[in-house]
Amino acid sequence: MAMTKTATPFAGTAAQEEQLIKLIHEIKDERGSLMRVLQEAQEIYGYLPIEVQSMISRELGIPLEKVYGVVTFYSQFSLTPKGKYQIAVCMGTACYVRGAGVILDKFRKLLNITGDEVTPDGLFSINDCRCIGACGLAPVITINEDVYGRLSSTGEEVEEILAKYKE
Amino acid sequence: MFRSHVLVCGGTGCHASGCGVVFTALETEIKKAGLEKEVGVVQTGCFGLCALGPIMIVYPEGSFYSLVKDTDIPEIVNEHLLKGRVVERLLYQETVCADEGIKSLNDTGFYKKQLRVALRNCGVIDPDNIDEYIGADGYEALGKCLTEMTPDDVIKIILDSGLRGRGGGGFPTGRKWQLARNLVPDADQKYVCCNADEGDPGAFMDRSVLEGDPHVLIEAMAIAGYAIGADMGYVYVRAEYPIAVKRLQTAIEKAREYGLLGKNIFETDFNFDMEIRLGAGAFVCGEETALMTSIEGHRGEPNPRPPFPAQKGLWGKPTVLNNVETYANIPQIILKGADWYASMGTEKSKGTKVFALGGKVNNVGLVEIPMGTTLREVVFEIGGGIPDGKQFKAAQTGGPSGGCIPMSLIDTPIDFDNLIAIGSMMGSGGLIIMDEDNCMVDIAKFFLEFTVEESCGKCTPCRIGTKRLYETLDKITSGNGTMEDVDGLQALCDYICDNSLCGLGQTAPNPVKSTLRYFRDEYIAHVKDRKCPAGVCTDLLTYKIVDEKCKMCTACIKVCPTEAITGAVKQPHFIDPVKCIKCDACVGKCKFNAIIKE
Repeated sequence: MAMTKTATPFAGTAAQEEQLIKLIHEIKDERGSLMRVLQEAQEIYGYLPIEVQSMISRELGIPLEKVYGVVTFYSQFSLTPKGKYQIAVCMGTACYVRGAGVILDKFRKLLNITGDEVTPDGLFSINDCRCIGACGLAPVITINEDVYGRLSSTGEEVEEILAKYKE
Repeated sequence: MFRSHVLVCGGTGCHASGCGVVFTALETEIKKAGLEKEVGVVQTGCFGLCALGPIMIVYPEGSFYSLVKDTDIPEIVNEHLLKGRVVERLLYQETVCADEGIKSLNDTGFYKKQLRVALRNCGVIDPDNIDEYIGADGYEALGKCLTEMTPDDVIKIILDSGLRGRGGGGFPTGRKWQLARNLVPDADQKYVCCNADEGDPGAFMDRSVLEGDPHVLIEAMAIAGYAIGADMGYVYVRAEYPIAVKRLQTAIEKAREYGLLGKNIFETDFNFDMEIRLGAGAFVCGEETALMTSIEGHRGEPNPRPPFPAQKGLWGKPTVLNNVETYANIPQIILKGADWYASMGTEKSKGTKVFALGGKVNNVGLVEIPMGTTLREVVFEIGGGIPDGKQFKAAQTGGPSGGCIPMSLIDTPIDFDNLIAIGSMMGSGGLIIMDEDNCMVDIAKFFLEFTVEESCGKCTPCRIGTKRLYETLDKITSGNGTMEDVDGLQALCDYICDNSLCGLGQTAPNPVKSTLRYFRDEYIAHVKDRKCPAGVCTDLLTYKIVDEKCKMCTACIKVCPTEAITGAVKQPHFIDPVKCIKCDACVGKCKFNAIIKE
């Protein structure tokens, strides 16, 4: 996970902050509540920038380095904002042996982004995700809630799929 | 009473194939035809044959429709449900006989050799309806334990059944419960945990149980709670499984409403409740101590054992942790007895095992077989063989902790000990089939890339060792490897196995060890001949134009970004291997399959 601060300035609103703080007060006495708070915070903000982590640290009374340690440990927590359309290419074994690697490369090449970046227009981000358990449809990708399965191992549908989301 | 029932699979596989719209269309059409009082529609859990989703079965006939689209629904409703004429073109073709009869699903190749114990309710009942679970003997085992059996009786029956943990290691479940009951006799609090953090890529049986039969988990965890003396349970589920989480949450609420969770269950003094905790994507959290650390809200790093969780587990209290499939067997064992369970399977591996069959095999899906079934039966009978007439190369079990089993060992009866003896392991039950087009060095590299990313970094052998393994494999697949590299791999593997802190590191080298053992010739081909026999490792391939197929249309010449292809219309084309960057652009452009990689 990237250690650098993102170029995108933090744009959290007062309403978001209020929502988060209210939630923290509801569940802070639950044992081991940090994980849940982080999950809910990511739902609210879409990612977990240092500003949000500081808020959580303050409200839960947990040192910021501990919060940061947990955030960077789990792959689902993101320090960078995601695109409007989040492309997830399943890299489980069943998908991999049916060509998921080729499909992932093709997306990256067409969108000209590497790793977990977002396209400059903020539309797309890609990640190679862990097995989503739809092995019957391998290779499979998801874009937000939409699922595309049984793709060809050469990734020939990729361009067509992307075109649907480009405005 | 309905005269007919339509069961629509609502598992993740079928969901992704679009069963949602099929379900809605079905409800609309049935209403349109005025059949809503005669035909019941139920959304169930996984039927197993995910490759053919969306799937639906119409009872009482048992007609099995596969690859159903919403546009097919009017025909099914009007022909089958209204007029009683089965829509043959939409049936799973295996069930259609030559003499126009239709055979039962249980006689098809995919289902014939299966025996459903853990999955017995999946695809049969409505997971959101607790009454259907109760109707299928649900919660009867819990009632029996609480009213007729002592905790020691419960443990004895589980011990005698020979049930071993389905999460990977295969530790006897009864023994685990016994330790948690007896090791710390004066503990003021104990916990029951369920590992539903199914992280092995290619394994999805736990998810299917959660989606198809969530109450079985609740019942079994309550039984475990009674056996060890715990009144609280935690289910640690992957956040990547939203449908499973939702159904389990509904089930827990319903069970509370029915008094099957909470205080004084079955009017005894036994109390038990449970909560769901979501994981956040860390494979190491499948390791028991790491999982508990994660539930506590920390980085999910493992701890050295002893102390074992049975002594000091969650929040320092004695804890039992089993995985979903293990729990799914418990109520059946209580009801039918230890002897019944022990009559299935092999000498040291009793019962059945669920496998997620995937990769290069025709019938991709979920299968449950008695232990001792051979790999050949699973791949060629249940799985229906390899697609496109290709040759079987290897079966991978155990995910990133397991190994690749070659053709020469395909008659091995599957059980815990046999798989370990041939250098693989049961793991949680992913079974990925590979054909001649898969490069075994590349597969080893794929798994090591996974473990490098997922190593938590706490202990050095795993953190640095897996990275070095990966680098060596990368060197070999990019054509820069030497024989010293190949020989060095083995020593490094042994070192990591012997010295890592937890199961992740101890088993991480298995994919390398097993491929070195059975597919050493492929490693040697990469190093000595600088060739990838399967044609996967790009750096070792050269692109060539087959003159007989080439129509000399210049399409490839125009698309080549490095001007590596020379020629003109109606003149032979040629790829300069020095200029070629192997970008695949020409292959994608050529309509005549005239460009090959070798």
